[in-house]
Amino acid sequence: MATAEPLLEPPLDAVISLHQVATRFGDHVVHTDVSLAIRRSEIFAVIGGSGSGKSTLLREMILLQHPNQGSITVLGHDLRTLTPDQSLALRQRWGVMFQHGGLFGSLTVLENIGLPLREHTQLDDGLIDEIAAWKLSMTGLKPQVGGQYPAELSGGMMKRASLARALALDPELLFLDEPTAGLDPDSAGGVDELVLGLRDLFGLTIVMVTHDLDLLWQVADRVAVIGDGTVQGLGTMTELSQLDKPLIRPFFDGPRARSVQDQAQVKGPSQLTTTGAASSKPK
Amino acid sequence: MAVVSDGSMETAAIPAAISQQDPLRLILSGSWTARLLGVLPQQLDQLQTPPGAKLTADGTQVQAMDTAGAWVLQKLINRLEGEGKSEGEGATVTLQGLPQKFSRILEAVAQRASLQRASDKTTTNSPQPQAPGWLARVGRPTADMAGQALTFLSFIGESAVAFWFCATHPARLRWRPVLFNLRTAGVDALPIVGLLSFLLGVVVAYQGAAQLRLYGANIFVADLVGLSMLREFAPLIAAIIIAGRSGSAYTAQIGTMAVTEEIDALRTIGIEPLELLVLPKVIALMVALPLLTVFADGLGVAGGMIMARAQLDVSFNEFLDRFVLAVSPTAFLVGICKAPVFAAIIAIVGCYQGFQTKGGADSVGRQTTRSVVQSIFLVIVADAAFSVVFSALDL
Repeated sequence: MATAEPLLEPPLDAVISLHQVATRFGDHVVHTDVSLAIRRSEIFAVIGGSGSGKSTLLREMILLQHPNQGSITVLGHDLRTLTPDQSLALRQRWGVMFQHGGLFGSLTVLENIGLPLREHTQLDDGLIDEIAAWKLSMTGLKPQVGGQYPAELSGGMMKRASLARALALDPELLFLDEPTAGLDPDSAGGVDELVLGLRDLFGLTIVMVTHDLDLLWQVADRVAVIGDGTVQGLGTMTELSQLDKPLIRPFFDGPRARSVQDQAQVKGPSQLTTTGAASSKPK
Repeated sequence: MAVVSDGSMETAAIPAAISQQDPLRLILSGSWTARLLGVLPQQLDQLQTPPGAKLTADGTQVQAMDTAGAWVLQKLINRLEGEGKSEGEGATVTLQGLPQKFSRILEAVAQRASLQRASDKTTTNSPQPQAPGWLARVGRPTADMAGQALTFLSFIGESAVAFWFCATHPARLRWRPVLFNLRTAGVDALPIVGLLSFLLGVVVAYQGAAQLRLYGANIFVADLVGLSMLREFAPLIAAIIIAGRSGSAYTAQIGTMAVTEEIDALRTIGIEPLELLVLPKVIALMVALPLLTVFADGLGVAGGMIMARAQLDVSFNEFLDRFVLAVSPTAFLVGICKAPVFAAIIAIVGCYQGFQTKGGADSVGRQTTRSVVQSIFLVIVADAAFSVVFSALDL
């Protein structure tokens, strides 16, 4: 396997490690052998073509689905041997932002964000609303949005609100499913900054599934390419760009990929935190 | 966030606490995280300090802190430092020994808190919207109801236009969905309609038996069962079952399609949603419900017949002889001719409520409930209207 580092012995500071994970839906084989280790405070991206099973991998990490074979360890717990209490405790230590938001239609945005706090803490309602309003503003939404219902929001606003809800309980791990898909370039740039800011301030470990080349070049520390049921490559984008595999090349060849790559290499990943303009998509 | 070393959150987690050793020294300890704050925020509100005091807060024993904990701490500091008090009354709070990673979170909170205070000030200055008076409270729902009635009428109108168009251009009618709806709303409903009308026939005969036996008028059970089933019960029970079974399904289907923008997609492709979704349902139900009513007639009378033999010693032959004399074809037709009207009500209300769905999943549920309630209500109102008309016509 042409990866940038050995996979068989995950580093000691691995927060999530996958060992020989295999998944099948009936006759349809999704993963044959996926092994990965994600380190603490790392921004880790999973990419791959459509139907390569990257979202399935994400769902397996957050206990929404179980692999047929292999083991997944998250925050020191083997997901196969969890008791119901342990899995409840573990679920409170991560936050998930779903691709289409997954906001509850019968609750306002502020109530959506406050729901995990209301459910799992003894804080009083006033305090929960204050904290929820703060999380809302953290994701760049205006305070008035808090009183609206999800159906009244645009797609981008829904994603931000979903992110705010994922952050409600101050998770150690943040999972993002297509965080920038369907966002305008400015908002997508905002997500870049937000993800970096969260990692810097709280030391969050962030796992994301994305196709956004800007996000990959500017934000991701390491990237795993999933294809043909296994990990095709693992490493920084620069390392991956050296590899010559048919399932990896599409992310680096082609006019769109090249232009983002040039931009990233000129500017360097550290200089992103200026404005969204630095990462506007080359359309 | 990942402010605690792995695992310690579950094993060595000590709830957040604050102690006041002497009036000027606060000791913070434990995990200042959302889950372990417990009722501490309420306790902090009681904390009082002498005006103008110079307080120190010792944060060396804080094990963990997240945004919620930092928020609570910052609120305490702000309050002690005399938010809303006059100059000189507030205390000054010096925070000591808080680990650097926690003080960074606190800084972010302080920044946010001051922003929020600023925005609070601007919003409180703006005039509050006045609560509506009683006239507005009565008027607004009335206007809403009138508006709903109007949209319902225009929906009926649009459906009628589409119906007329299809009647004049029969090639445009979509037969496949018509046949599909005929099967799901008609054939598949046979068992439940049959069982319930059979039981209804049994009940009517049983209730009548006690009275008829008193007068020795056992044979008139055939009149009772025949007329009540054919004229009233069979059409009504079939319509109510179909309203609950198919009307709700229509609303849920169209409502979900409206939420997921499928209706808009149909329009952009150039398929008229009324033609594809509404007309086949209305036509199929207007065919299916009369047939279901005939089926219900038959099984209802059969139920009464069995009960008559068991309770009143009226044999099947005697029952049928009397049935033919007592029940005219008019009684049968009176029952049957109501069914298409009921069917149109159920299908139109079901589809209309589906199209009214806006927003998300809970809206689908609300509209489905409304569809079933309204269609059953309207079916019974229509049945009452039929009774008035038939009695005026001496049928």
